[in-house]
Amino acid sequence: MTRRGTLLGHVLRHAVLLAGLVIMLAPFVWMVSTSLKPPNEIFSTKLSLLPTNWAAAENYRDAFTKVPLLRYLLNGVIVTGGIFLLQLLVSLPCAYALAKLRFKGRDILFTMVLIGLMIPAQAPAIPRYVMLYQIGLLDTYAALILPFVFSAFGIFLMRQFFRTVPDDLMHAARLDGLGEFEILWRIMLPQAMPAMLAFGVISIVTHWNDFFWPLIVIQTGDLATPPLGTLFFRNEEAGSDFGPLMAGTVVITAPLILLFLAAQRRFIEGVTLSGMKG
Amino acid sequence: MIDASPADNPGERRAAYALISPAWVMFVVLLAGPSLAVVVLSLTDWQLGAPTMNFIGFGNYEQLFADRVFWKSFGNTFVYCLVVVPGSVFLGLGLALLIEGAAFGRAFYRAAYFLPVTSTLIAMAVVWEFMLHPSVGLINIVLEQVGIKGGDWLKNPSRALFTLAGIGIWQSAGLNMVLFMAGLKAIPPDLYEAAEIDGASSVWERFRCVTWPMLGPATLFVTVVSGIRSFQVFDTVEVLTKGGPNKATEVLLYTMYTEAFNFFRTGYGAAITVVFLVVVLALTLLQVKAGEKRTHYS
Repeated sequence: MTRRGTLLGHVLRHAVLLAGLVIMLAPFVWMVSTSLKPPNEIFSTKLSLLPTNWAAAENYRDAFTKVPLLRYLLNGVIVTGGIFLLQLLVSLPCAYALAKLRFKGRDILFTMVLIGLMIPAQAPAIPRYVMLYQIGLLDTYAALILPFVFSAFGIFLMRQFFRTVPDDLMHAARLDGLGEFEILWRIMLPQAMPAMLAFGVISIVTHWNDFFWPLIVIQTGDLATPPLGTLFFRNEEAGSDFGPLMAGTVVITAPLILLFLAAQRRFIEGVTLSGMKG
Repeated sequence: MIDASPADNPGERRAAYALISPAWVMFVVLLAGPSLAVVVLSLTDWQLGAPTMNFIGFGNYEQLFADRVFWKSFGNTFVYCLVVVPGSVFLGLGLALLIEGAAFGRAFYRAAYFLPVTSTLIAMAVVWEFMLHPSVGLINIVLEQVGIKGGDWLKNPSRALFTLAGIGIWQSAGLNMVLFMAGLKAIPPDLYEAAEIDGASSVWERFRCVTWPMLGPATLFVTVVSGIRSFQVFDTVEVLTKGGPNKATEVLLYTMYTEAFNFFRTGYGAAITVVFLVVVLALTLLQVKAGEKRTHYS
């Protein structure tokens, strides 16, 4: 792209971009604004961003006491953390073998990974649910974590990365008497940090925001992930007490937004990759 | 690169099998098994918890294709896609062009427009519900200022699906924007200079002669990816409309969810899943084709 142009062009460009931004960011701004207002100002048809009488303390206190918001956030951390750790444990060895070792069946396995990339997460939902029902694991952390331990995307991404590591490094390590596990652990992993971070961003964003699966397997309020907890909160309020409800949504959306603002580049890279995946 | 011939080294082979076995077991138990099982279940009359299961051939599919609600749901899903895909693709393209051409503030705009992509959709759906409130919602208050009566956005059957599609565009435009930015970066700058020498002087001419043809494969790819994503619409439906009013926002995944997990008609729900899977896989094959074209160009 060329970045020259007339002054009028520049002004117009930024005018359009800023106007669009007002619409895109309106939900975030209105959410925060409402979370600061008392009910009479929320139900007034007069537009104002900041309240005349601040009710932030009451709204946020109500949000934390009416529903276990902190518990929802903790559940989100446990579930996304558990999923990502187990995904690494399963994906990394497989990705390394696919990238660097010779064995019969390698091409078949890689084809399976590619097929796995195409299957949408909702397709295996019913049999997974039946399995969890039969072993009595519905409505547990295990039900939230176990189905996602296999990540075709993780294996694919890490395999592509491991292929770029020079073979000489491995040969030298083998001559030093290192086994394949040690090569993976001591030579490959330290180099693979950037790829693992990209994988981590995708995995965490996907599962923190996932709603379909927790909705199906979780009944107990104490096990709700942040999106499911938001729904419980909304249903409890029945559309009347918007101040605390908006305070709750601020708290629920804050962790990912802060993470995004802190690591924008990684986020956009990672999500672009997963967008490619579909 | 290593060739694909079978290993001549038994030690290497043993290590490889040890390294892949956890992934292989998980693949079979968690993905391949359940994905095949859903096809088998769709041929049975099984209901969760029922002691017996009978094979009824294509009975579920016959029932499905004779059901008006299914066709309504199928049609709604397509209408939703037909609004969200062009909307978010053109918006994404426009944003990418405007932002990449800006002299300053590019990182700021990119981050700001990308924000809806990473925010938790369920929480934002609750915010949208409040903003769309007929009397105290921000949208109708603003419309009233310019003399328009907004009415009800989510309970009006001729409007509800398009309201959800609007939220879908809001949520996914930023993703398409960064995908297009990746495509724009791949266009060699000398092409613009060459076009200018050849007389393409205006911004529009340069877009028509260089950007658009070079971006063609990326556009196809982004369109298909958007199609796959919007075909999976579920969250906003469950939170905002529950398929209503009067099935106006009933979409495929929502029908599948209610049949399989509210009424526990497992076999019937499995048949809907198979229909869903077939459409997504067809779109995915298109995506693979689009991806091949893209690598060919770059």
